[in-house]
Amino acid sequence: MHDMSALELSAAIMAKKIGVIEAVDAYIDRIEASDSRLNAFLCVEKDKARAKASQIQARLDAGERLSPLAGVPVAIKDNISVEDMQCTCASNMLGGYTPVFNATAVERLERAGMIVIGKLNMDEFAMGGSSETGVFGAVKNPWDTSRVAGGSSGGSAAAVASGEIPLALGSDTGGSIRQPCAFCGVTGIKPTYGAVSRYGLVAYASSLDQIGPIGNNIDDCAAMLSIISGRDDMDSTCVLESPFDFGQEACPQRLDGIKIGLPRNYFDAGIAEDVKSAVMAAARELEEAGAVVEEFEMPLMDYMIPAYYIIACAEASSNLSRYDGLKYGYRSPNADTLQGVYRMSRSEGFGLEVKRRIMLGSFVLSSGYYDAYYKKALQVRSLIKDAYSSLFGRFDMILSPVAPGTAYKIGENAGDPLKMYMGDIYTVSVNLAGLPAAALPCGFGAKGMPIGFQLVGSAFSEGKLVSAARVYQNRTEFNKARPGGEAL
Amino acid sequence: MTWEVVVGLEVHAELSTRSKIFCGCTTAFGGEPNSQVCPVCSGMPGSLPRLNSAVVEYAARLGIALNCEIANECVFDRKNYFYPDLPKAYQISQLYAPICSGGFLEIEVGEASKKIGIREIHMEEDAGKLIHNSQSGETFMDFNRCGVPLLEIVSLPDIRSGAEAAAYLERLREILLYLDICDCKMQEGSLRADVNLSVRRCGSSEFGVRTEMKNLNSIKAVSRAIEHESVRQIALLDRGGTVTQQTRRWDDTKGESYAMRSKENAQDYRYFPEPDLPNSALGESWLARILENMPELAHEKRERYAGEFGISAYEAKVLTGDRNIAGLFEELASLCGNPKEAARLISGELMRLMNASSILPEELNIDASKLAKLVVLVTEGKISRDAYKETIEAVFTQNVDPGAYIAQKGLLMQSDDDAVMESVLAAINDNPEAVADYFLGKEKALTFLMGKVMKKLGKSANPIAVKKSMEDRLQCIGGKK
Repeated sequence: MHDMSALELSAAIMAKKIGVIEAVDAYIDRIEASDSRLNAFLCVEKDKARAKASQIQARLDAGERLSPLAGVPVAIKDNISVEDMQCTCASNMLGGYTPVFNATAVERLERAGMIVIGKLNMDEFAMGGSSETGVFGAVKNPWDTSRVAGGSSGGSAAAVASGEIPLALGSDTGGSIRQPCAFCGVTGIKPTYGAVSRYGLVAYASSLDQIGPIGNNIDDCAAMLSIISGRDDMDSTCVLESPFDFGQEACPQRLDGIKIGLPRNYFDAGIAEDVKSAVMAAARELEEAGAVVEEFEMPLMDYMIPAYYIIACAEASSNLSRYDGLKYGYRSPNADTLQGVYRMSRSEGFGLEVKRRIMLGSFVLSSGYYDAYYKKALQVRSLIKDAYSSLFGRFDMILSPVAPGTAYKIGENAGDPLKMYMGDIYTVSVNLAGLPAAALPCGFGAKGMPIGFQLVGSAFSEGKLVSAARVYQNRTEFNKARPGGEAL
Repeated sequence: MTWEVVVGLEVHAELSTRSKIFCGCTTAFGGEPNSQVCPVCSGMPGSLPRLNSAVVEYAARLGIALNCEIANECVFDRKNYFYPDLPKAYQISQLYAPICSGGFLEIEVGEASKKIGIREIHMEEDAGKLIHNSQSGETFMDFNRCGVPLLEIVSLPDIRSGAEAAAYLERLREILLYLDICDCKMQEGSLRADVNLSVRRCGSSEFGVRTEMKNLNSIKAVSRAIEHESVRQIALLDRGGTVTQQTRRWDDTKGESYAMRSKENAQDYRYFPEPDLPNSALGESWLARILENMPELAHEKRERYAGEFGISAYEAKVLTGDRNIAGLFEELASLCGNPKEAARLISGELMRLMNASSILPEELNIDASKLAKLVVLVTEGKISRDAYKETIEAVFTQNVDPGAYIAQKGLLMQSDDDAVMESVLAAINDNPEAVADYFLGKEKALTFLMGKVMKKLGKSANPIAVKKSMEDRLQCIGGKK
């Protein structure tokens, strides 16, 4: 069963070759067998999952056709609300908090017949690129458990890569789906801002956050994205009129006429040689498939990281203010005044990286600094948007690395936040401009760790990205490689 | 040394939309604590606001009534601060681009009228309520009011006295009620005013240091607080002291204010654009539709009543004191075709009855068509003024059918029929002395003769008709002589 894609699993369930409960049990067994090694899951809700599974089985038996992913187990990053399941954001601050509602994306997955079996580890409040900052410990990379899984959706990527779950939901604010996909050798999509409802996603940076799929291949991800995408009354920023329909192309091989831009300066400095050559090879592969690949100079590169961190932290400082120790989650037992409850609960409840970002964000919004930092960052953001929109006059999509290197050792960068932030150099501008991107595995580096590349498109051009990604994955085997030598 | 008092008012009006500003919860007052909350208004992680378009419409209506410019885009900002009644720890408000700006409100001060400038009107969400248990020392949070829509109406510092402030608030209240967007119950907190006050030497164009006063829950409290605070500031300055910029809390029972916090402790609200609500364009057709549906306001009605119907200023004021009463008047006037008599009925008899039974103008529910019938009967001389009043009262208290009531009580006057003539002739025949006296010019004789007729005919006799018939008859006799 673990060598099937999610779509194949659902087809087997529909054909009554595999039962829904059987599938759920098999994945739970797998998690129980391997997760003590990986630390990808924060909770597994066996009983709830089995109960849901038998309901779905009954509906399928009654002839209901739910979706191409009906009956498939799924796991959810722990910053996305699932009714009646913990939602910790890997933070002490939300210890004991249980949401009373489903995120819209979760609601839609359940309606499509998917079975939520648990919640996935991450960086605390999605702040980080290594899944080390969470209070429940680092997620380990299934290819080498001494290395990080990437972040912040590290649990989602590691669980998929290790076969603990066929599909997972992650979230991407500055690269948090794409980078762990690259580090773990799996496929993910960061949708256009406004394509997927954020309702129920615990906000980190509201103007940048998007929920997206992580899976073994682009078809599984596309199937999941079409289920969760589309307008939602509960999220005013979700504007995609109707859900994506990616169609069913049978093994497309060609990309004739597609123009792909390659940002020359992304490959100049700071990028590892193995990453560079694997990404270049991916570009050549697409060229051979008929695409026209042309180099260009990406403008504003020096401003991307500062603008991203100013805007993301500013919004985070406000979004995370509600965790005040009064209503739910952690309350300091040492406080005896209101101010004390606020100060001590937040000081004790949040981890270092979260506090760093709250302080940075509060600073850039303070009167006297707002114009110099926050307002400037918004101006940079709009320049970046303009730059992308003129690029998409020339190109159908842009091909670039996801991260400058492959997965590093756990703890290696933990004391150097600036180095960590620089790891986001290829991903953050995509969020600042609100664009879609697909991250695809494209090889292995010097240390045997996976390498990924991304295809970035204009707003709501997910269809084009999925088509190109299908061609790439039909022509290559990288997404089929599995840790421990297992082939999927 | 003479001082000038400079006041600006910030008024918060809770809107009477059915649901809250960013979710579907009810705005009803007085529910069980936390019975009117959802993940959105209680700020649960992952919840998002969605704008109730009725709030934007209400804001635009008020903006139009206050002669403001209406923005062509709806933009919200976050105001960040920690307080237990604010579950998200930020209030969604409008700082950078309020929905309405640059208007005025005209008030009457004595005989003259004066324009008070309106700086802006912005939309925001209300906070919850904290309930302190002084015995246990515990504090409870009630989030029912979280997310109830508010308009903040900010005046320019154009107000010069407590009386002007009261006039401003009265007029604003009247407009809010006529627009039907706020129930204006200051005691329940649906209308709240903060006073910004400073004093300066007469003739100076610079502003003095101001204080802000909060917790004013009646118009009277506002004007008292202004008088009190201006006296306090002037006394301070006269003694050579200085006014400290601070927030003060008014204690209406004690009739004094005390300092809450000073400027040094002022919060930095770290405002920034609300990323969860995209800016939405307010089209011209949208505004045109709101303009088309603007109701006639009280002061416009007063002008029309005086101009069209010739109704006195006093009556016009009484009639427009409440939207319900004005509506009743207009219905009654059009049904009976006699606006002056309709105005007289409502501002006289009906007001008296309402006062006597402690019914508030907005509660009055009376059938205008029944009243119209009575107006027609009395003006056509079919019932007496006394019978008219009696029947109005019966309609008011028991909602009787006026026709049936008049018939049952025999109140319809006999005016031109044989019965009157017969009685007149009988009175003349039976009282020759009185007739003789009449021709000698004794006025009392006519009264005496009429009395005889009235006594015979009872309540249903129409004195006007009796008098006319008697005079005609007597003139006939006189003519023959």
